[in-house]
Amino acid sequence: MRFYDAILHLYPVSFRAEYGEEMRAVVRARRRDATNPTSVLMLWISVFFETLFNAIAVHWDVLRQDLRYTARTLARTPGFAVTAILVVALGIGANTAAFSVTDFVLIRNLPFPDANRLVKIWQTVGGYGQMEFSPANYRDVKQMSQSFEAMGAMFTMEANLVGQGDPQRLEEGQLTSEVIPLLGVQPLFGRAFTAADERDGSNRTAVLSYRLWQTEFGGDRAVLGRPVLLDGLPYVVIGVMPADFHFPRPEVALWVIHQFTPDDFKDRNDNYLEIVARLKPAVSLEQARAEINVLMEQLKRQYPEDLKHASGRVISLRDEVSKRSSLLLWALLGAAACVLLIACANLANLLLARNLSRERELAVRAALGAGRERLVRQSLTESLLLAALGGGLGVLVAIAAVPLLTKLVPSSLPIGSAPSVDLRVLIFAGVLTIITGVVFGALPALRASGKTDLNALREGARSGGGRKERLRSMLVVTEVMVSVVLLVSSGVLIRALWKLQATDPGFQSGGVITMRTALPMPKYERTAVRAELYRGVLSEVRALPGVTAAAYITSLPMVWGGGIWPVAIDGQAALERSFGHTASMRFITPEYFSALRIPIRMGRNLSESDTLDQQFVAVVSQSFVRRYWPDQNPIGRHFQFCFHDRTVVGVVGDVRVRGLEIPSEPQVYLPYQQVQDGWVVFYAPKDLVVRTTGNPASLTPAIRQIIRRLDPEQPVSDVRTMEDVVDLQTAARMTQVRVLGAFAAIAFVLAAIGIHGLLSFAVSQRIREIGVRMALGAASSDILSMILRNGVWVAAAGVVPGLALAYAAARSLEALLAGVEPGDLATFSSAAALCLVMTLVGSFLPALRAVRIDPMTAIRTE
Amino acid sequence: MDKRPDPESFLPLPPATFHILIALAEEDRHGYAVIQDVAARTNGELKLSAGTLYRSIQRMLDQGLIVETSTRPAPEFDDERRRYYRITPLGIAVARAEARRHAQLVRMARVRGLAPEKAS
Repeated sequence: MRFYDAILHLYPVSFRAEYGEEMRAVVRARRRDATNPTSVLMLWISVFFETLFNAIAVHWDVLRQDLRYTARTLARTPGFAVTAILVVALGIGANTAAFSVTDFVLIRNLPFPDANRLVKIWQTVGGYGQMEFSPANYRDVKQMSQSFEAMGAMFTMEANLVGQGDPQRLEEGQLTSEVIPLLGVQPLFGRAFTAADERDGSNRTAVLSYRLWQTEFGGDRAVLGRPVLLDGLPYVVIGVMPADFHFPRPEVALWVIHQFTPDDFKDRNDNYLEIVARLKPAVSLEQARAEINVLMEQLKRQYPEDLKHASGRVISLRDEVSKRSSLLLWALLGAAACVLLIACANLANLLLARNLSRERELAVRAALGAGRERLVRQSLTESLLLAALGGGLGVLVAIAAVPLLTKLVPSSLPIGSAPSVDLRVLIFAGVLTIITGVVFGALPALRASGKTDLNALREGARSGGGRKERLRSMLVVTEVMVSVVLLVSSGVLIRALWKLQATDPGFQSGGVITMRTALPMPKYERTAVRAELYRGVLSEVRALPGVTAAAYITSLPMVWGGGIWPVAIDGQAALERSFGHTASMRFITPEYFSALRIPIRMGRNLSESDTLDQQFVAVVSQSFVRRYWPDQNPIGRHFQFCFHDRTVVGVVGDVRVRGLEIPSEPQVYLPYQQVQDGWVVFYAPKDLVVRTTGNPASLTPAIRQIIRRLDPEQPVSDVRTMEDVVDLQTAARMTQVRVLGAFAAIAFVLAAIGIHGLLSFAVSQRIREIGVRMALGAASSDILSMILRNGVWVAAAGVVPGLALAYAAARSLEALLAGVEPGDLATFSSAAALCLVMTLVGSFLPALRAVRIDPMTAIRTE
Repeated sequence: MDKRPDPESFLPLPPATFHILIALAEEDRHGYAVIQDVAARTNGELKLSAGTLYRSIQRMLDQGLIVETSTRPAPEFDDERRRYYRITPLGIAVARAEARRHAQLVRMARVRGLAPEKAS
């Protein structure tokens, strides 16, 4: 019988209490009738299954009954139902949307088998952060290391694809043969690279992305073996990758084999290779890190000159997201969680308030024999139903909101699609909904059934004990506290955004259109050929109406932060390559400074007469002068840079080359003609900058036409205004601040509603007391201040700890604050002031109602 | 709400409910007695389980087909713990309606030769 007692627990408590004893009697009688062991066994088996089946059926009966009851009560109070559902929808919607983006970017596995074993290896140079490997270091590390199943190298660059219709500017990945196999992905058809492809002198091979295969080759399977021309070099197509293969970024349109030449291994500081590797199954990330550190130490001892400050760094491929991007997303998720917390507190409060007014009904039900369990269960059914309706609506909110958040997805991930609300996210929303329902439902439910206080049945009994009042106040205090945290967090982030937007980039972006003409090599390998194109394009562009200046530069500021070269100063020992002694190098045509309105502070501009047969000259930025010749006249001084001794002829203002948020190296500008044929062709000026007095975008067709006329094979890409380039710097932040601001606003409104609800209810519970006070001569102002005091106390109790928590939150966001103090006084005082306003607004109506109470009516209801 | 619900609205009855009503139509019984009566009438073919019985009873109480009775049989037959159930007038009406429904079905089947001729 103990067995039966145990399985009886499958039934709801109420059913067991009612019929348990009876059912035991029945089973006991059956047991008496069973004589032999087989029939006893059969009896227990059948008893078990019938109990299981009937228990489910009884639970279902109870649920149906509760749902019917809930539907009736909610229909009686539609205002309550709608409010509750909307509040849940906001909370769940905010969290689901934030989660879908965070999960997409930071959590879910990358689309490769055993993706957690994929790592990237970087070199680090003291104070410099991470940088790529040189071929020589890559070769040595690969030979010596034991931690990896496979290791490969790659880099991405732009290339011109000619011959398939219009010339196209593409991003290509140059890979060693190991990369695709180690990622664990098979080509859709054809083959991936093998070691044979890598040998210098063998046929150059290319693998197409699915997208390129579809758009440029019409999805034709006969593409295998076809030759393609990339930057003038012939490649043979050997395979096509599946549609969901994106590596290292979705922009990469095709992959070509990288063939090293013996020369590539000469310079240990020619760092351009990104290293991907797959850990051996038994090797942890930490072990791999330790090994790489040891290897780099070894290399350093071997080549002390070249690798003075070098060390290594191994990170999971998953973590190739900048700290800023990930912090941005975690902050968002945290804020969404705050909104949900407030929503739950608000709902718990609504339910508590309603249960108080339903106390008599509940007492009646309890008196009629509904046990505590039935009442709790009934309450939970109600809150879960509300949560489910709200959750469903919230998912719709999220589906609408997720596309607005895609700006928060960094472009550095090997994933192609945009985040969406998929099954994983739906499960998250479902779990969250259940938690929400239980959290906001359980508290009031337990409260409601905690005491079977039959006093509530007495006519005229005053409901609402002090304990409940305190609980409800605490919930509102929590709401205020959390909304202060959100207000302050979004406040400091807004300040940071303003600060960044106010940052002087060093140039004037208004009225400038830019575009890239890719200069396919080797066609433009010779300096004179390039110069002819520049002169042709620039002179015709200058003739367009409204154009005041036009120039070419290696790469626009903020678009590309690279091109950092070591600087050596005449008379000083050769300076090592470290953060202190490098500068960004750009080749320009003379009008560049006037096109971007970068001020010339001293000396002269570069000119058309700075040619190869003249003295090698350079224009440097003010920070360059400050570093090497502080308080001296730099004009005429020499430094060694990019294979030559250069003479400073001019000084210009500093430009934020690396972007608004990151400190930039000093800048060196070199004349476009002072470079030998075939040297540093990667730095050949290819970005066109045009300043106009009119609308810059309207010039685009005319400029395109000019370029097409001068070189029909020249693709034009990246057409955008300089203002767009600068705005892109803050785009992710802008999105984040908007979303956080929206969350804070929601929290603010919910907290105000919370205060309003609390005070309204307090007033309605105290009508008689207030009536008596007024009858005894209390003035309206006394009553008013009594209610307001109540509100202010609650607000103050929330604001004070809220500000402390907000400081902690702001501290954790410090990396995003761009120098704004986490304890920013203006933000904190505005948040506190807003909370005061919120309190006053929330208290206003209840206070007004209290003042309007007619003492006679109030007392007569007694 | 109508104080006297329409017996037809309960049809068709779940078999267990119908059997319980038949068992209680004769006399007030406790749960185990209902099970025994049903088993006896069906030659042991239908043995209601404890769970099925009391789940049905709970629902029938809610629907007003039966009531718990306070009058008990003679003390020597009475077991203190046991609850006795009595069929209500509504219960009788519903059982009649269900019986009628079954009879009609049998009649229809007979017309098509699917059921034996009426026993004489």
